[in-house]
Amino acid sequence: MAFRLARASSQLARRAARGRYGDPRPWLLGSAPPVLLVSSPAAAVGGRRGFCSVRRFTAGDSSAAAAAAVSEDDETENGFTDGDQVLDFPGGKVSFEAEMNFLPESKAERINCYRVLDDDGQTISGSRFQEVSKEMARKMYSNMVTLQIMDTIFYEAQRQGRISFYLTSHGEEAINIASAAALSIEDLVLPQEFANQCFGNKMDYGKGRQMPIHYGSNRLNYFTVSSPIATQLPQAVGAAYSLKMDKKDACAITYFGDGGTSEGDFHAALNFAAVMEAPVIFFCRNNGWAISTPTTEQFRSDGVVVRGQAYGIRGIRVDGNDALAVYSAVHAAREMTITEGRPILVEALTYRVGHHSTSDDSTKYRPVDEIEHWRTARDPISRYRKWVQGNDWWSDAEESELRKTVRQELLQAIQVAERAPKPPVSELFTDVYDQIPSNLHEQEQLLRDTIMKHPADYPTDVPI
Amino acid sequence: MKSDPTVCVMGEDVGHYGGSYKVTKGLAEMFGDLRVLDTPIAENSFTGMGIGAAMKGLRPIVEGMNMGFLLLAYNQISNNCGMLHYTSGGQFKIPVVIRGPGGVGRQLGAEHSQRLESYFQSIPGLQMVACSTPYNAKGLMKAAIRSENPVVLFEHVLLYNLKEKIPDEEYICCLEEAEMVRPGEHVTILTYSRMRYHVMQAAKTLVNKGYDPEVIDIRSLKPFDLHTIGNSIKKTHRVLIVEECMRTGGIGASLRSAIIDNFWDYLDAPIMCLSSQDVPTPYAGTLEDATVVQPAQIVAAVEQICQ
Repeated sequence: MAFRLARASSQLARRAARGRYGDPRPWLLGSAPPVLLVSSPAAAVGGRRGFCSVRRFTAGDSSAAAAAAVSEDDETENGFTDGDQVLDFPGGKVSFEAEMNFLPESKAERINCYRVLDDDGQTISGSRFQEVSKEMARKMYSNMVTLQIMDTIFYEAQRQGRISFYLTSHGEEAINIASAAALSIEDLVLPQEFANQCFGNKMDYGKGRQMPIHYGSNRLNYFTVSSPIATQLPQAVGAAYSLKMDKKDACAITYFGDGGTSEGDFHAALNFAAVMEAPVIFFCRNNGWAISTPTTEQFRSDGVVVRGQAYGIRGIRVDGNDALAVYSAVHAAREMTITEGRPILVEALTYRVGHHSTSDDSTKYRPVDEIEHWRTARDPISRYRKWVQGNDWWSDAEESELRKTVRQELLQAIQVAERAPKPPVSELFTDVYDQIPSNLHEQEQLLRDTIMKHPADYPTDVPI
Repeated sequence: MKSDPTVCVMGEDVGHYGGSYKVTKGLAEMFGDLRVLDTPIAENSFTGMGIGAAMKGLRPIVEGMNMGFLLLAYNQISNNCGMLHYTSGGQFKIPVVIRGPGGVGRQLGAEHSQRLESYFQSIPGLQMVACSTPYNAKGLMKAAIRSENPVVLFEHVLLYNLKEKIPDEEYICCLEEAEMVRPGEHVTILTYSRMRYHVMQAAKTLVNKGYDPEVIDIRSLKPFDLHTIGNSIKKTHRVLIVEECMRTGGIGASLRSAIIDNFWDYLDAPIMCLSSQDVPTPYAGTLEDATVVQPAQIVAAVEQICQ
C-alpha cells in the first residue's frame, strides 16, 4: 500500500510539473494536485491516456491546437517503462499475465467502518474527527431531538387520520442532522412550514400538490422530493454540473437508501459523476431494509461503498448512528468534492427503527426484539447526548425543557396547519406551465361550473 | 449559446462527433466539452441530469440520439420534467429542451422508427412542437430554448438534408402557433413534420384535378393551435388529418377529438384521419412504404371527403 501510494503521488507530481494535469480540464477548481488519502492503482489514475489518443476540446480551441495537445508520448505514463510487458488497448496500458485468474467476487474482509464515538458516547482513543464548536454541537443535538419528536407527533397525527401519510426517520436522526450540519449552517425546513406541507394547506410552498414529507424549498436549496426512487441521483449530478459550470464554491448532495442503489439511475449517476468529475456527494443510508426487503436480498456486494470503486469514485463507510463520525465524513467529503472536483460516495450503516411508512407494519417481516434493541441500546440520539453532556455542553434540565418546548411548538403547528384554509381550486391549474394555456382555462371553467351547479357534491372548505 | 451562457447541450456523441445527424456540429470546438457534453449511454440519467441542472438555473438542451431511445427517459420526462414545476409550487422551473430525430426513416428498423409524440402527448406540464422546414426549425428551436417550460422538439430523420434560404438574424416561431402552408377553400388538411411534404405533393395533383385544399402544418402538437385550425374549419367545413403516428392513440386521434369538441357544428363531413397502421415499422423497403401515408392516399381521401 505504501509503495503504491508513493508511486501514484510521484506520477501526479511529475504531471503537475509538466503542467499537463490541469490542461484538458480548465474547469477544475484549484490548481494543486490532490492529496491522496487512499491508494489508487496507477492505471486508474493515468488510464485515460493510452495508445488510442483521446481528443478533448476546451472552449475556443482550434482543432489543430487540440490535436497537438495529444501527441505526447506516454511511455512513462502509468509508471510503465519501455521494457514492460504491456497491452495498449483503449482505456490505458495494462500489464498481462499468462495465468488465468478471476477476480474474486468480493474481498476477503469487509470494508471497515469509520466511527468516532463508542456505544457509550465516549470518543474512541486515537480517533480523528472534525472538531465542532459547543454551539454547533448543541444545535445538532437539539435538531436531532426535534426531528425525533416531529416524527413521533406527525406519525400519531397520521394514525388519527389528520394527515394521509407519513414516513419517519427513527434511528437515522444522526444521519439526517449531522450530514446537513456539515454542509451549511442554515436551518432545516422549519416545523410550521413542514406542517403546512403535510396538511397540504394554502401556506404550503408546494401549494398542496405533493404528498406529505415531499417538500421542497427553493430558498433553502432543497429540491422538491419526488416519489420515484433514485431519480434524484442523476438530477444531483445535473445540479453539480451547473455548480461546476458556474465555478461555485459549493457541492450537491443527494440521499438514498440501500434499496435505491438497485435502480439503474444509481449506476448511471455514479458513472456520470465520475466521468464528468462533478462535485456531488452520494449519501447512502444503508438501514438494512427496503420496506420488507433486507439487504441480503437487495445486493450481494459488500454493501454500497465498494461500488464506488467500480465507477472510479472515492468512498467511505461510516457508522451512521455516530453523529460525530457522520459529521466528520461529510465535512471531509465536501472539501474533496469542491477542491478536487470529484464525486464522493458515503455509505452510512444504520438501522431503520420505524416502519417504512404509515402504510407498513414491519413486525410482519422482522422480529420485534431486533427492533427494540436498535431503538434502545443503539439509539444515535442518546449516544450523542452522552458525548455532549460529557463535555458539559448539555444538561438534564435543558433536555426536559427542550422536549417540552418542541412538543408544544409542533402540536401548535399542527393545529394551525389543520385549521388553515386549503388551496383554492384555481391552484389546480396553475404552475403546470409558466402561463395557463387555453385548454386548462377551459377545464378550470368547466370545473367551476360543475361545482356551482352541484355544490352539495363538493367540500365546503375549499375556496373556489 | 453565444448570447446566453446558461444554455448547454448534453447527449450521446454530441460533442466531438457533432451529433448523430450533425445537429451540434462545431459547437464543442466553439464552446468546450463541458458546455457541449458527451454523456455515457444512459438516457434516463442524462435526462435526469438535464432536469437537475435546469432546476439550478441552466437551460440544457438534451438530445436523444434517436427519439425512440427517449423511451428509456420516460420516467424522468414524465415524473420529473413535466411535474416538478407543479409539485414544487412553482419554486423550481425546468426550462429544458428535449430534442432529437424521430419518425420513419429509410429502412432503419422498428426501434429506430418511432413516433414518440403519441406517447408523450399525455404528460402534463410538457409542451411539444414538431419542426418541418429549415426556417421553422431555427425559429422553433430558439423559442423552445427561451421558453420557461420543458419543450420536446421533434425533428425528423429524413428532413435534415433540406436546404432553404433563411434569415441570418434572430427570429423565433411561436411555439403554440400552426403554420398556414397553402390557403384554400375546399378542405382543411392538418399535418406536421415529414407528412407536410407528402401532403404538398398530393396538393399539386389535387389542384390539377380542380380541388383547392388548405394545408396547415400544425407544428404545435401540445397544445394544438385551435385558433388557426378553427378558423380554417369554419371556412372549409371539411377536415383531413394526415399523420405518421399509429392509428391508435396518436396525435391524429387527439386532434380529431379536440375538433369534435370545439367545431362540431361547422363540419359538413366526418373527419378523416390518415395514419400509419398499428404495426411496428418493418425493415423491408416496400413494406415500410406501405406503413407510411403516401400522396396517392391523400388525394383519394380528399376526393372522398369532397364528394
